[in-house]
Amino acid sequence: MAMANNKKVGVILASAVVLAVMPFLVGGALGNSWVRILDFSLLYVMLALGLNMVVGFAGLLDLGFIAFYAVGAYTYGLLCSPHFGLHLPFYIAIPIGAALAAFFGILLGTPVLRLKGDYLAIVTLGFGEIIRIFINNLNAPVNITNGPQGINLIDPIEVGGFSLGKTFELFGLSFSNVYLYYYMFLALTVGVVIMAWRLQHSRIGRAWVALREDDIAAAAMGINIRNIKLLAFALGALSGGVAGGLFSAFQGFISPESFSLIESIMILAMIVLGGMGNIPGVILGAVMLTVAPEILRATIGPLQMAVFGKTLIDPENARMLLFGLAMVVMMLVRPEGAWPSKRRRMEFQDAKKGVTHG
Amino acid sequence: MAETLLKIEGIVKRFGGLVALNNVGLTINKGEIYGLIGPNGAGKTTLFNVLTGLYMPNEGSFTFAGKDLFRAKPHVVVGTGIARTFQNIRLFAEMTALENVMVGRHIRSKAGALGAVLRTKRTREEEQAIEAKAWELLEYVGISSVADERARNLSYGHQRRLEIARALATEPTLLALDEPAAGMNPRETADLKDLMAKIRNDGVTILLIEHDVKLMMGLCDRIAVLDYGKKIAEGVPEVVRNDPKVIEAYLGVAHE
Ligand SMILES: Nc1ncnc2c1ncn2[C@@H]1O[C@H](COP(=O)(O)OP(=O)(O)OP(=O)(O)O)[C@@H](O)[C@H]1O
Ligand SMILES: [Mg+2]
Repeated sequence: MAMANNKKVGVILASAVVLAVMPFLVGGALGNSWVRILDFSLLYVMLALGLNMVVGFAGLLDLGFIAFYAVGAYTYGLLCSPHFGLHLPFYIAIPIGAALAAFFGILLGTPVLRLKGDYLAIVTLGFGEIIRIFINNLNAPVNITNGPQGINLIDPIEVGGFSLGKTFELFGLSFSNVYLYYYMFLALTVGVVIMAWRLQHSRIGRAWVALREDDIAAAAMGINIRNIKLLAFALGALSGGVAGGLFSAFQGFISPESFSLIESIMILAMIVLGGMGNIPGVILGAVMLTVAPEILRATIGPLQMAVFGKTLIDPENARMLLFGLAMVVMMLVRPEGAWPSKRRRMEFQDAKKGVTHG
Repeated sequence: MAETLLKIEGIVKRFGGLVALNNVGLTINKGEIYGLIGPNGAGKTTLFNVLTGLYMPNEGSFTFAGKDLFRAKPHVVVGTGIARTFQNIRLFAEMTALENVMVGRHIRSKAGALGAVLRTKRTREEEQAIEAKAWELLEYVGISSVADERARNLSYGHQRRLEIARALATEPTLLALDEPAAGMNPRETADLKDLMAKIRNDGVTILLIEHDVKLMMGLCDRIAVLDYGKKIAEGVPEVVRNDPKVIEAYLGVAHE
């Protein structure tokens, strides 16, 4: 017991050190643009963990998850920009965005309570598109969202009069804003990880698994199906809303384009590829799918030049081609995901052996 | 003398044109083992589904422990004290036996999302109590040796027992068992009979569906017979056994 605890503390300390020096290693070796990619992967970890509560824990297939990211992002964008002349501090704007996203989660959850599987997927897909289209068109007759032009000059996050949006000096070196945002995102990501972990290993998490495995038996055991589903939608959306607010502040600019269906699908792919329902797997999936396309972007062009002496395929096309191919291969070779939970791995093993379910 | 625990009157359940339950009424007294028999398709399981809130009855009335449960939601029914098992076992297949029983504690515990995220002292204590109670119940039904096995890998007999443990975890006053002995060998059936007697002695009223007439006659205090959605007889086993309508509808067939 003490041994196990010591080991756990050791692992946590080691990861903390690695995560703390990560941006300096990456930034020093590859430049600031890669630290920026790290920042984005943290945002996607938050998103993927949020969606994982809905899809992985409770088993509710949601294809419109990006809507909650949009709600969080636009809440921050509208409350902290010259658009309305409001400049609320982030510690007010982000919680408002998160709460609003949770509210939208319940709004989506309520009409789909009776739906499952593919039907649920289609309705949530529609919901995601509706939110985006609304944002796209809410510029007339009253201009709320500024329509397709999006919102500009969004305030960076400011902590104690110190703006994370500016370059800062340390030991005579200057560091770009991507470093400070990294730590801010990391702190909130750790918060979301702890939240997801603790929920999973609680009475609520057990009820979600029960719901996923057999909703009739779950109801007959006294689980209030409606509430437990809405809770999954609300808490998942909450994490999405937080990530959205951070995205808004980090980018300084948002427009409806950032919240299209492909984004929802990518987040779902992160979960499936990483290992649905398993928090470390989902984190891995989010990081892989954020970083891999960037690695391809950086290597395909030069590689072609080195091998063929000229560019045969447009790097942008080649990148998506390879990326898609990698996903297909991955799903064929390891359908349970890169790092699945024990339970899920067993399910797939049984399925392979041809054992029927139940 | 006997205290009424459950009372239904005039229950009608229709599936389109099919009347699965036609004006069914019955009362179950506290502390008894009440048997429900009838040929295949008579409506026994449908009645269970109505009593546990999974099906909405079209007409009738339903009170339990003095509370009106007509058209109540399943979780309300469980909260009031009715728990059940399923004819075609419905365990949470990928969860362990222990976790299955822990799910049964859901309704008797409180920790919400906030408590879980903050992991308050109360949440931790409650979680420990849930696990302790689940162990206790696995021991009670005699399967604590397989606590960490996934439910789907358990033997048939163990799965049946696990379903009973999970139902008991909700602290029912009425335990409804839908063909718990189906598919069991005589030895397992005898053990199950002992278990049911033990549960009753510990103060839980039992509503039991079984096709094994010998088992039913020996175990039940009273028996009701359903046929084509209608109750055609009710009473102590001796009387029901000798009822000509029952012999015609059911027993004759079973004895052939
Ligand atoms: N959900 C449903 N939809 C339509 N018909 C149903 C439904 N559930 C049950 N029925 C019908 O109601 C009738 C009663 O079925 P029920 O399952 O209650 O019988 P039973 O007495 O439990 O039979 P068995 O001994 O075979 O378990 C049957 O004709 C069945 O087909
Ligand atoms: Mg039946």
